[in-house]
Amino acid sequence: MRFAPGDRVRTSRVDPPHHSRLPRYARGAVGTVVEPQGRHPLADLRAQGLPAEPEPVYTVRFPARELFGDGDHSVTVDVWESRLEDG
Amino acid sequence: MSDDHDDSAIARQVRGVEALLEARGLVDPVELDRALQAFLARACPASGARVVARAWVDDGFRTRLLADANAALPELGLSMGGGLQEQRLQVVANTADAHNVVVCTLCSCYPIALLGPSPTWYKSEAYRSRVVRDPRAVLRELGLELDDAVDITVWDASAETRYLVLPARPAGTDGLDEPALAELVTRDGLIGVAAC
Repeated sequence: MRFAPGDRVRTSRVDPPHHSRLPRYARGAVGTVVEPQGRHPLADLRAQGLPAEPEPVYTVRFPARELFGDGDHSVTVDVWESRLEDG
Repeated sequence: MSDDHDDSAIARQVRGVEALLEARGLVDPVELDRALQAFLARACPASGARVVARAWVDDGFRTRLLADANAALPELGLSMGGGLQEQRLQVVANTADAHNVVVCTLCSCYPIALLGPSPTWYKSEAYRSRVVRDPRAVLRELGLELDDAVDITVWDASAETRYLVLPARPAGTDGLDEPALAELVTRDGLIGVAAC
């Protein structure tokens, strides 16, 4: 597993021409890993009928300000490891 | 699954596929009904309410539930499977300073095994798009006024985990036993759009 709770991560900016479980509002955003959720095949591939090896999925917490420019709340999004890089 | 969509295109499509599977002997209709009944017997907000009431009266259970909900649920005869593939559950606890609310912005992911089918508004574009952007306003419209000092976390169920809110135990309920406490818990409280 590449990331641990407390790590800062950045989500992918890629806007793929197919189904993606990384919501548009959370793309290219920096957040903090809350905890790993186990390993699951990447839904983006499965939705296209392509083979997908299980990979770690993490709950990542983002400040609303990072996602929307303002707001005092947090949003958590569950993100597959291949959609994350060091933040 | 919701009973007001029986004539929708998707419901007709599912019935068509089911009929074909049965006609070709790939699915046994009796087995299918049995699996659905077993699932739905426990899939209702009363099950979620039992979980909350137990956590309110039993600190050990509360700790186990927050650490690993799937391992704690069998203590109440519940699970996130119910005959179908088990889903991971994360329970998030409200406190005096922190409030949690659940959404699925991409579709309608919901802890069906514990709460039953989700309410129509949960699947509406308005709820899904607005609650991540301005939860305080959405909660206010739904009748929940939170103090500005309360931190709000919106949990977007975008992958394989389902989320359930553990509301804070209401004041003045010290004399109530576990079944009476469960009566206080509503479906909306378990989603996080009501206090309890």
